[in-house]
Amino acid sequence: MIAELGHAALWLCAALAALQLFGGALAQRGAQAADVAALVRPAAMAQALLAGFAFCCLLWVFAITDLSVKLVATNSHSLKPMIFKLSGSWGNHEGSMLLWVAVMAMAGGLIALVEKRLPEKTMQATLAAQGFVALGFYAFLLLSSNPFERLPVPAAEGQGLNPLLQDIGLAFHPPTLYFGYVGLSVAFSFAVGALVTRQVTPDFARAMRPWVLAAWVFLTLGITAGSYWAYYELGWGGYWFWDPVENASLLPWLAATALLHSASVLAARDALRTWTIMLGVVAFSMSMLGTFLVRSGLLTSVHAFAVDPERGTFILILLALYIGGALLLFALRAGHVREGERFQLTSREGALVFNNVMLSVILGVVLLGTMYPLLTEAFDVRVSVGPPYFNPFGAVFAIPMFLVMMVGPMLRWRRDSARRIQRPVLIIAVLVFVAAVLALILGDMSILALLGFAMAAGLAVASFMPLRGRKLARVPIATWGMVLAHFGIAVSLFGMASESAFTTERLAAVEQGGSVDVGGWTVTLAGVDPVAGPNWTAMEARLVAQRGESDPIIMTPQSRNFWAPQMQTTESALATRLDGQLYAVLGNQADDGRWQVRLWWKPFVTFIWYGGLLIALGGVLAIIGRVLEDLKRRSVRARADERRADRREQGYA
Amino acid sequence: MRWTLWVPLALFTFFLGLAGYQLTQPKDEFIPSTMVGKPLPEFSLEPMLEGAPGVSTADFQDGQPRLLNVWASWCLPCIAEAPHLDALKEEGAQIVGVAIRDTPENVARFLDQHGNPYSRIGSDPISAIQLEIGSSGVPETFVIDGAGIIRYQHIGDVRERDVPILLDQLEKAR
Repeated sequence: MIAELGHAALWLCAALAALQLFGGALAQRGAQAADVAALVRPAAMAQALLAGFAFCCLLWVFAITDLSVKLVATNSHSLKPMIFKLSGSWGNHEGSMLLWVAVMAMAGGLIALVEKRLPEKTMQATLAAQGFVALGFYAFLLLSSNPFERLPVPAAEGQGLNPLLQDIGLAFHPPTLYFGYVGLSVAFSFAVGALVTRQVTPDFARAMRPWVLAAWVFLTLGITAGSYWAYYELGWGGYWFWDPVENASLLPWLAATALLHSASVLAARDALRTWTIMLGVVAFSMSMLGTFLVRSGLLTSVHAFAVDPERGTFILILLALYIGGALLLFALRAGHVREGERFQLTSREGALVFNNVMLSVILGVVLLGTMYPLLTEAFDVRVSVGPPYFNPFGAVFAIPMFLVMMVGPMLRWRRDSARRIQRPVLIIAVLVFVAAVLALILGDMSILALLGFAMAAGLAVASFMPLRGRKLARVPIATWGMVLAHFGIAVSLFGMASESAFTTERLAAVEQGGSVDVGGWTVTLAGVDPVAGPNWTAMEARLVAQRGESDPIIMTPQSRNFWAPQMQTTESALATRLDGQLYAVLGNQADDGRWQVRLWWKPFVTFIWYGGLLIALGGVLAIIGRVLEDLKRRSVRARADERRADRREQGYA
Repeated sequence: MRWTLWVPLALFTFFLGLAGYQLTQPKDEFIPSTMVGKPLPEFSLEPMLEGAPGVSTADFQDGQPRLLNVWASWCLPCIAEAPHLDALKEEGAQIVGVAIRDTPENVARFLDQHGNPYSRIGSDPISAIQLEIGSSGVPETFVIDGAGIIRYQHIGDVRERDVPILLDQLEKAR
């Protein structure tokens, strides 16, 4: 019964989304459609409630392990802990699509409820676009991936007791990404709405901005967590491999970063109108493209995903409709959007535009590198594109971007003179130079690492420069957000440069009781013992690691053998210190009884992810700051309206 | 009309065409070796079993074409192909085995159970030679001509219908 209710709710949702689409489209025709147009907002809100209800139904059938539902029978098990029963509801293709569309519907309902700044026609066009996007997902769910499908005969027990998937990190990683994608879909709808009515205004940018920021925060967290996961779980000691799936998460992030900055220019200065629209379309395209690449299996990746060509085709069709439609609209309409305000090159806008272009070029570089194998394969040539392409080509554009990033936030809007900020710029320049020289003296390192140190030093100080000469208590929260996020970039860069320049690695065959020195640590192999887990057995090494006179610590890396499915994995062991991480991996036993042990000392490597967290925190502060500003502006406006009404009543006006 | 506004749509259409074309292409699971047509790399493998000879490059340069079979006792498809290798041997093919990441005991047991079609068996404990000749899995079977040049690669287990193909390739390599 519950499953049928959920299924019925989905059909109703689809109908409401269609109403939203046609109501919003008719609203553009003028007054005679006012009746239908008035239904657009309520339709969006009702759709939000129903989609939320459908998802709750799915949670319910998973919670009670209703084994007559096919999805539950294939993905759950009556003996699973409750938290994993619930997370199992979105840990599969159908459920994850339902979660995505439910969150999207709720976002649509929220803007229908609260967003009153934009002209009503633009809002209706926005909600129509939102309905259009949602309709595609509902079609996907109802026609090809129904999550509520029943089995003709209920299963005796579920098949989803794979302990590998019972991981709290794995349970919350996909929703994080979906929230990011949904945020970008809202930005996309706003962009399409503004394009339809040609009302590309600062208000449009302000309405869109919190959604872009939220999406960006979620994507930042997703990438940071994913990178750390790859680092400790794969046991290769690396944190980024330029793998297609990683790139699929980086592409929307780059686009969202560019978008939130250009939206800021539009909100503050009414410039960059068409550019912001374009980025709004591109950012959502990249998230859809990422989903397509990951699920269609077109690109081979170390991340194994369940791959299904039919789903790939479906997502490609959605992609063609959404993005093709939006780009067609862009080509037809963007020429009619009034040109925005002009500005000089030496100005806040100038710096932001420069960095927007750099970000877009980096996006292009990553996109080309990711898609290139697909292109050459059409001509039967197999290539794989890796760090030798991505690193230098990314850096060529990233370094000018970092330099401008140091100076940009100090510049004034519209027009400024270089002389005004001479002193701080000089300080930063000296700092960058000194850091580069220091790095040169300190060690033999790659040019990228050296530049990384120099940029990190300059950026760390420069990120706080906008605060100079201001009363700290009166600095807006959003500005703190910017400072923190920029500082986070510096922290991450420092971590990456340090990891690249100072990592020491030892691969040694060690006998019991023998020891290895790595990066100031002495690591002794105390013993290797078998241990057993729920569905694996492992050889576990006891390594005693000691640095100087400090207390020794025990590290226990494992070499695990799973038997269902049969595979061998390495479980690395990490010892985290303030100044770096000791990373240990246990290999095989040689014929003479010695064990292969691989050790890395990675100075300050953790800064990479601390930086990521700081960036996300900066984004959160920016959202809080912007939303509070909006609320304040709204209450000021409301009070002015009240006063005017009072005066009218008293017979003044 | 500003033509630049159409550029994004044009690029996107190109991508759609490419992705659509690739989706319709069968996803090939096999990675052919780039070593086909090139001489075998220099190597010399220890014998896997006592009393049976090991394998080295020189063994392939006596003017007679041979099959080089990459296999392992722990590999299930290798059991499936064992009778067909025997059939090949009966048709007069000389089969040289390279056992991947294996132990003498397991190999001996495997050959007892499933028959021994090999004239020589070399031990490749770390897949070094396997990787050098461009084989990405077990089992794989290569046709090597009398001058030690790799002429043909068969990926996966040898099935009944592959037997005449391999014999034909051996004939061609003569």
